[in-house]
Amino acid sequence: MLGRIVDELARREGPRILAGLIGRLGGNFNLAEDCLQDAYERALDAWPSAGIPEQPAAWLTTVARRCAIDRLRRSRRNMDDGDLILEQLAIEQPEPIETGGLPDDRLRLIFTCCHPAIAAPAQMTLALRTLCGLSTREIARAFLEPEATTAQRLVRARKKISEARIPYVVPSHEMLPDRLAAVLAAIYLVFNEGYSATEGASLVRPDLSGEAIRLARNPAERLYLERRLREVIR
Amino acid sequence: MEYMILIYGDESAWTNASQAQLKAMYAEYGAYTQELMKAGVMRAGSELKPVATATTVRLRGGKVLSTDGPFAETKEQLGGYYLIEVPDLDAAVKWAGKCPGAKMGSCEVRPLAPPPK
Repeated sequence: MLGRIVDELARREGPRILAGLIGRLGGNFNLAEDCLQDAYERALDAWPSAGIPEQPAAWLTTVARRCAIDRLRRSRRNMDDGDLILEQLAIEQPEPIETGGLPDDRLRLIFTCCHPAIAAPAQMTLALRTLCGLSTREIARAFLEPEATTAQRLVRARKKISEARIPYVVPSHEMLPDRLAAVLAAIYLVFNEGYSATEGASLVRPDLSGEAIRLARNPAERLYLERRLREVIR
Repeated sequence: MEYMILIYGDESAWTNASQAQLKAMYAEYGAYTQELMKAGVMRAGSELKPVATATTVRLRGGKVLSTDGPFAETKEQLGGYYLIEVPDLDAAVKWAGKCPGAKMGSCEVRPLAPPPK
């Protein structure tokens, strides 16, 4: 039961928590993802006896941030900007997670996941993992492939983000039209994969189409994208 | 962060070019190099002599083996490079897109690996 609750939380709140965390970790995608996984595991350990906290998302955010501090302290020598990030992390900020806030971090995440330097299948996998909060197992099932294949694709894509230094930003004005097209293409591919599945017994896989619609419909993001589009067209 | 822009293209475009065409091509590269320098991102760069001048070297069983040219016959050859320093991949790709080589052939953008700690 608790596992299901945490899964549901991961789906609903995970992307926002992750987006904020990547921002605070200087764009370090991998570290943020690892720490959020740590936080889910801690929740599974702690909540049976302590009970589910009143604001579970804030709890997860705080725990993930502390995990980041621990991990950074342990591996400080491997990161150029480790000290700087540690300093920033040590400041206890009121976590803005529960209020919703501006979708800037999530937008950055969308543009990073759908960066043209990442191959289309990996973009889809990243989007489902980090923007929709699906587990690797769920994505593997949706694409009808072994979990190891999905996991490997994710590892390679994340490695490219950090090693080629794909920036964690909303693209500049001049790049925006192309980059928006890439984001929309990735969402469309996810939808299409569900609408007319390339593999498997059933032609329609509503789970994937549903995720694509969820991505495209997020109202705050849509409003923002439309506004930016109008600015570009003008 | 440092990125290498590796310029690949069909060498025959250069060897078969007329004097006037060559002059125009070099002028384009010259202007591009100036732009990189003005922006303060240029670290190094050069044209390479044709692949016919290349020698491939291998050490096998303690013996140095030199052979003529690169191993594989490909349509596009490495013809030159630029080494630039910019904040991230988006900036590197923007510069690579302005490189004359991107128009005639293709540019590969690769981050430099930092020295092992």
